[in-house]
Amino acid sequence: MNAIDVVKVGYIRELLAKGVREDSRGLMDQRPITVSCDVIDNAEGSAQVDMGSTRVLAGVKFVLEDTKPDTPNMGNLVMSAELLPLANADYEPGPPSPDAIELARVVDRGIRAGNCVKLESLFVGEGKAWTAYIDIYVLNYDGNLFDASSIAAMAALMSSKIPGVKDGAADYGSRSSPVKAENIVTSTTFGKIGDKILFDMTGNEETAADARVTIETDGSSIRAMQKGLSGSFSFDELERLVAESMSRHEGLKKLIEDSIRK
Amino acid sequence: MGGSSLNKPELIIDGKRRDGRSFRDLRPIKIEASVLKNAEGSAYIEWGRNKILAAVYGPREATPKHMANPNKAIIKCRYQMAPFSSLEGHSRTGPNRRATEISKVIKEVFENVVMVNEFPGSEIDVFIEVLQGDGGTRAAGLTAASVAMANAGIRMKDLVYAVSAGRIGDHVAIDFDMIEDNYSDADMPVAVAPRNNDVLLLQMDGGFTKEQFAEAKELILEAGKTISEIQKDALKRVYDVKGASE
Repeated sequence: MNAIDVVKVGYIRELLAKGVREDSRGLMDQRPITVSCDVIDNAEGSAQVDMGSTRVLAGVKFVLEDTKPDTPNMGNLVMSAELLPLANADYEPGPPSPDAIELARVVDRGIRAGNCVKLESLFVGEGKAWTAYIDIYVLNYDGNLFDASSIAAMAALMSSKIPGVKDGAADYGSRSSPVKAENIVTSTTFGKIGDKILFDMTGNEETAADARVTIETDGSSIRAMQKGLSGSFSFDELERLVAESMSRHEGLKKLIEDSIRK
Repeated sequence: MGGSSLNKPELIIDGKRRDGRSFRDLRPIKIEASVLKNAEGSAYIEWGRNKILAAVYGPREATPKHMANPNKAIIKCRYQMAPFSSLEGHSRTGPNRRATEISKVIKEVFENVVMVNEFPGSEIDVFIEVLQGDGGTRAAGLTAASVAMANAGIRMKDLVYAVSAGRIGDHVAIDFDMIEDNYSDADMPVAVAPRNNDVLLLQMDGGFTKEQFAEAKELILEAGKTISEIQKDALKRVYDVKGASE
């Protein structure tokens, strides 16, 4: 942590002690979110999410691949995340950092565990199936990449159109069937700074945070969770946040659905 | 999680699990501390069919130097599965994406409990090598690493344990082996500080209702008592003065 960070952390903590956030939101308020689908025409699916100043773009490409021996009737999802150096002064070029790997794997787990897209529906036949490569591109960082990326990946995947198949190969010039989404998973990430719990942290708040927990749900079940940073949560706090996450599901789900209909 | 629904084995037979355990039974756990000469602290754990070595080096000078923190020790963690550790084919040596994520969340646990302020400018390395894996390796590895850290004489706020809870159909159960893990409906590894039951590591995927999450919590806290005792016993066996009366 550099000197400027030390000052920022002091500022955030001082404000929070009075119950105030740097952008004067309530502790459980979310920043405005906009979701725009089909922003990259060449990708089979794409979505850009703006959440405050955080901006994330997710793109989906479908690749026709041999099926795996243990899942002969299924396609696959492959999720990656890039913390682009243009998104934040602290991001450096190079292979994916542990932060980027964690981000991709947590978003992947929610969508996979929620059976949002049935992998059987990506099966083509004769040992071939589609693999959906979902790439999360962080374009501007101001906190809460988990929720922004989850919405972007979910919307990009749901708005995808699968290419046609010609002579046993992908025909990217034709797009046949839209991806069939069976379930929508939404993500909510809470932070803990001192004894305060807050929702949708900004970049400065994340610098000051002791602990973070991401809860992904389809409204009826928790589909994935991930605690991060060195701080802790009590089980009581976690149970409260699970309920909070579930109560926010419908609103976030509608946001994703509306972005696709547009 | 993740197994194909083809060839799914019966996970529950007459209300018992495949190995005869009830839903709240742990597999047998054995820990031996101070098993490696060169490491400051070490532990070997057998948890069911899991065989895992954990070692702690340090506190030592932090490298590279720009990583050093003038106020506290930095913790590094490397969890890895040996290429011969799984029942499936040979796997590539070195950290993959899964291992990188696990290493990160385990590191964060030790950043919480180790008194890092006592060792400014230094680093403490935690190595976890899975020699044989059979489900729940991150929990077993973390449980062993906790003992290794104590064995290194590094002061901690607590002796953390970890265990996984999950769901098979309608049943919430503790400590899945590999086959249960592959075909389960939810899996949730958790690390807990026993002094206040704070959650230091939490991951989950699959499907849990609120009620099932609460049930999993109960199973974890109950199992934690057993695991904590086994950890303490491993340390006592090292530090009991041997042959004092001779």
